Parts: sequence; structure tokens; C-alpha cells
Amino acid sequence: MIPLGFFIAISAVMFCIGIFGVLTRRNAIAVLMSIELILNAANINLVAFNKYLGTPDGLGQIFALFVIAIAAAASVVGLVLIIAIYRHGKSVFVDEYNLMKW
Amino acid sequence: MVKVAHLIPLFPFLAFAVNIFFGRRLREASALISIIACGISAVLSLVVFQGLQAGEGSYSLGTWLFLNGKPLNFGVTVDALSVMMLLVVTVVATLIKIYSVGYMHGDLRYSRYFAYISLFTASMLGLVLADNFVMLYIFWEGVGLCSYLLIAFWFERPAAAKAGLKAFITTRIGDTGLLIGILLLLFSTQTLYFSELKNIAGDDWILTLAAILIFMGAVGKSAQFPLHVWLPDAMEGPTAVSALIHAATMVAAGVYLVARTYALFILHPLCLEIVALIGGISALLAASIATVNNDIKRVLAYSTISQLGLMMLGLGVGGYAAGTFHLMTHAFFKALLFLCAGSVIHSVHTQDIQKMGGLLSKMKVTGATFIIGTLAIAGVPPLSGFWSKDEILTAAWHNGSPVLFWLAVATSFLTAFYMARLIFLVLFGKPRSEMHPSESPKTMTVPLIILAVFAVFAGFIGSPLMHHAFQEFINEGHGGEVVASGFVIGLSIAVSLAGIGLAYLFYVLNNKIVPSGIRAQFAWLHQLLLNKYYIDEIYDAVFVRPCMRFCDFLFKFDAVVVDGLVNGAGAAVRAVSQVLRWVQTGLVQNYLLVQVLGVILFVLTLLGKLCFRF
Repeated sequence: MIPLGFFIAISAVMFCIGIFGVLTRRNAIAVLMSIELILNAANINLVAFNKYLGTPDGLGQIFALFVIAIAAAASVVGLVLIIAIYRHGKSVFVDEYNLMKW
Repeated sequence: MVKVAHLIPLFPFLAFAVNIFFGRRLREASALISIIACGISAVLSLVVFQGLQAGEGSYSLGTWLFLNGKPLNFGVTVDALSVMMLLVVTVVATLIKIYSVGYMHGDLRYSRYFAYISLFTASMLGLVLADNFVMLYIFWEGVGLCSYLLIAFWFERPAAAKAGLKAFITTRIGDTGLLIGILLLLFSTQTLYFSELKNIAGDDWILTLAAILIFMGAVGKSAQFPLHVWLPDAMEGPTAVSALIHAATMVAAGVYLVARTYALFILHPLCLEIVALIGGISALLAASIATVNNDIKRVLAYSTISQLGLMMLGLGVGGYAAGTFHLMTHAFFKALLFLCAGSVIHSVHTQDIQKMGGLLSKMKVTGATFIIGTLAIAGVPPLSGFWSKDEILTAAWHNGSPVLFWLAVATSFLTAFYMARLIFLVLFGKPRSEMHPSESPKTMTVPLIILAVFAVFAGFIGSPLMHHAFQEFINEGHGGEVVASGFVIGLSIAVSLAGIGLAYLFYVLNNKIVPSGIRAQFAWLHQLLLNKYYIDEIYDAVFVRPCMRFCDFLFKFDAVVVDGLVNGAGAAVRAVSQVLRWVQTGLVQNYLLVQVLGVILFVLTLLGKLCFRF
């Protein structure tokens, strides 16, 4: 069996890549994708701990399914917003939108 | 008999309420309401007078509040003094209101005028009926308020607005004294009832001080030296108001207060001496100013100060009956004189007596009543002024120092002189300017005639001819009859006639009698009198301007320091936010970066703590 440490390591790496992507990507769609990475890193953790801690009713797995479902919904909303903002400003680069200040 | 005294102030007050709220719709009817209300009060006053004769007395309407555990009642004083005042106030006020119908005709704020004047009457009546200091003080302030409203009635004129303010502030100085006096009395004797003043016990020194402070209130209201400056300026109000202020309300309140609290004053001779001295000084000072003034109303205003001074002097030398008697007769003839002056002004549209002259032939009723009023105030027998002035002189002769007596005599002389001067300049001789005088309407002349009748006959009830009935009444049966000495009576008549005679020489025989050299020598005196002893200027320099400078300083202090602090707090916040706003970039990724760094920092701190612990 693959040791737990492996899962945690890959999850941590995915999380960091996700954070890095969110912070550095200019393209809003890439930012959205990076967010998916963060969520999936969390999912791996959930499933791995479910297995290793031996919770009998698969709580972690169900939780992961919920996260996937909600992430899908969130992505939809995110994509819609990106389309709207693109129509408004002809750009999907997040550093070009700084309307939300003073 | 039923107890109706407390209804007397109620009717004018109702008239006030109706007129102030529905005045616009009522228009001309507001005068009628006001007059009827006042007339009812006059009738009720007569009823109360009857009741007093039948042995009715003061009563209470119920408890108002508790002071130091002692109840303070809504008391109503019914005694000789208050009933005398009630009769005078209601009769004079009714006549003045009737007169006002003609005088104020066509005024922009006609109904407002009648509302104010009704409130004025109501306040004065309430003041007279109050049986304790607290109620008196409330109505006292009511009178002050109404005087302000009425003096500044034509507030479009800056002079009137200023005069109203001056009256209010000047009397306020006295009122402050009155308030402190009342509190002193309360704390030293635990009583506020006038009826208990007769047998109070307390620290002599404190009671004397309280009496003097209460007198200060009277000085302010009755326009005595040194707080007399408001009264001549109060002439900016409608003349009918001047008549009411000068005759029956406002200024009479001061003398009434002294008479009402007389028991307090006789405790210590010092109080009476102060009263007499202030009265004497005011009397002579104002009378001398009146001899040179050229404004018909201001001459009468100074005359009022002077006559009130005489009343104070009378009270101060122990002539309680004399002072109140003069208050009563003065109310009639001074109201008459003011209304005559109003009638003259109404007709010729000027107040400068140097521009008048020869009006007697054009305004017969006004002229005749004016002469009657003049003879009454000058103290020509057998008119009312003679009897009451004589009483004061007698009291001063018997009890006062010679200085006070001769002050009173000099005042009598000057009174006769300036009043005679006034009518000689106004009514006789040739017109000195283009005028088209005509007699005033009936609503104005009828009150004049009625007041003239009072001015002639009101004195008899206090004369030896009727065995000093008034004095007997006001002293409630146990006041010794004052024996008038022949010398005093003779002197009184002599100075009156001398004053009139001198005025005749000066103003009818047209001053050929006085060599110009002597005139030049007395020019400085003339100038001094014309400038009212420079008292206004002195007050201006000593009190008003330093006060204004202090206010200016406070204003600047407020503008610079206080506002500086407040604005500084705002400016500091702004300055800091000017820097901090750069943090808010509007870029989501910046925020996220900060958030992530924050979380890392948090985690590291947590780890550090954990490591440190283990």
C-alpha cells in the first residue's frame, strides 16, 4: 500500500501549484483552473485520510464528491463572470481590472 | 361669594391663545376678543374687590410641588394690595386695548399684537395674584418676555429690535439678582410665601442681603438707576405698548414687588435706605434728563423713571401706602399721557416736539386730556397726582433724611417744569413745521376721556377729603393716618406752580427772559442732560464693549482651538488614509498574496510557539 505521506506530499505540491497559479496567472481562466487544483489537492487529502484513518462509512469520500459538485457549480459561475467581464472590458487579464478601489 | 380671583389672568391668557393660533383668520375680530377678555377680567376684579370687602381672603388651588418637604401651593393672594393692582391693571389694560384698535389699525401683525398684549396683561395679573416667590418669578419672566416681544414689535426696524434686546438683557441683570435673592431666602428661612414674610426669623445679614437682591430685580423691572437705560429705548415699540408698560404692567411690577415683600425690607433699615436712595437718585436723574429731551415719548419715558423713583422713595421712607397710592394714580395719568402722545404721533407722524406746536386747536379732545394728564402729574391740586405726591413728600418729611425730602421736592419741581414744557411746545404756540393734524378716531379718544376722568378723580380716595380711604384700605385697617403738615402741602403746590411758571417763561415768552450769557454758561449742563449723563456711553465702554471683546475672543478661541481640534481629527484621518489607500489596489491577486502571506505567517507563528513550548 502506498504510504500516507505520499498522498500528503502530492496534495501539498498540488496545493502550492494552485496557490502559485492563482497569484501569478494573468488570465482569469487560468486562475479559475488553479483554483480547481487547490480544491482537488484538498480532495486527495480527504480521500487519503478516509482510507488511512479507516472511517467506516466513507465520510471523506462523500465529502470529496460534494466538493467536486460544488466546485463544478462554482466554476460555472466563475466562467459566466469571466464572459461578462470580457464583454465589458474586452479582456480576461485580471491585472487590467482594478475597479474595486476607493 | 365664590372664589374667582384665579380666573382673572385666565381670560386674557385665553384671548392670547385664541389670537396666536387663529389670529390670521380672525383679523379684526382678534381685537374684540382681547378687549372682551380683558373686560371680563376687570369685572371679575370688581367682584373680588367686593369679596375682599366682605371678608374674603387668599386661597389655594392645590399643591404644586414639595420643596424641602414643604408644599408649594398654587396660591392666590387676595388682599388690598393685589386687589388694588388687579383693578388698575385690568381697567388700564382694557382702555389701552380699546385705544389700540384705532392706533394699530391696518398694521401687518394686527392680531399678533393683540395676542402679545393679552399675554402681557395675563402675566401681570398672574404676577399680582401669586402668593409665593416661585410663581411670582414665573410671571415676572412672562412680563419680561412680553415686553421684549412688544418693544421689538416692529422688528423690521433695527432700532426696535435692538431696543427689545436691550430691555430684555438689562432687566435680566436685575432678574438674576431676584433669583439669587429668592434662593437665599428659601435656604435661610425655608419659606417662599409672602404671607410668612412677616414673621420670619433668620440670619439678619442674610435676610438683608436677600432683600437687597430682590430689590435688584425691582430696579431692573422698574427701570431705576442704574438699570434704567432700557426704558427710554423701549419707546421704539407701539405707543399703546409704551403706555401699558409704563402705566400698569412691567414697571409697576418692580414697585409692586417691593410693596409685596415690604415685610422683608422693614427688617433692616439699610434695605429701606437703599430703596429710598436709589429711588431718589433715579427720580432726580431722570427728571433732569426729561427737561431737555425733544422726543415726546422719551420725555414721558424719563418721566416714568422719575415717578417710579418717587414711588421707591416713598416706600423707602416707610410710606408704604404713599408709594402704592402713587403707583395707582400714576398708572392712570401716565397711561393717559402716553395715549395722548400716541394720538399726537398718530396724527402728525413725528415724535420731535420741536416740530410740533399749536396742536390744541386741531386736536381738541387729545389736547384737553393731555393738559389734564400734565396737571395731574405736575401735582396741581386737586388732581390725582397732587394727592399721591403729597403723601410721598409727607412720608419723606416725617421719616426720611432731609436729603431724600429735598430730592423729592426737586423732582416735583422738575416734573412740573418738563411736563409744562412738553405741552407748551406741543399744544401751544405756532406750528413749527408743515403738519396736517386732525383728531384721532373715537376708539382712541374715548379711552383718553375715561382715563382723564380717572386722572382727575382717582386721587380723592386717598385724600384727606375722603379720610384717607385708600391708605386705610391698603394698610388693611391698621395704618395710622398720615398727618400732612401745612408746610409740605404748601411747598408741594409752590414747586408745581413754580415749575409750570418757569416753563411758561422759557417756552411761551420765548426765552427773552434769560440773558444769553447765562445760557452760554449752562451749555455744558444742557449738553450733559441731552446726552443723558453719558450713562449709555459709560455702559457701552465699561460693560458692552469689553463683553463684546470677550465674546470676540471666545469666538476666535472656538474658531481656532475648538474647531481646530475637531477639524484636526478629521484632517489627521484624511492624511493617514491618503497613505493607506495605496494598499487598496483593486487587484484581486494582490489581496490574495497578502492573504497567503498572512496565513504563512500565522502558521509559522503557531509552529514557533509549539516548538517553543515543547
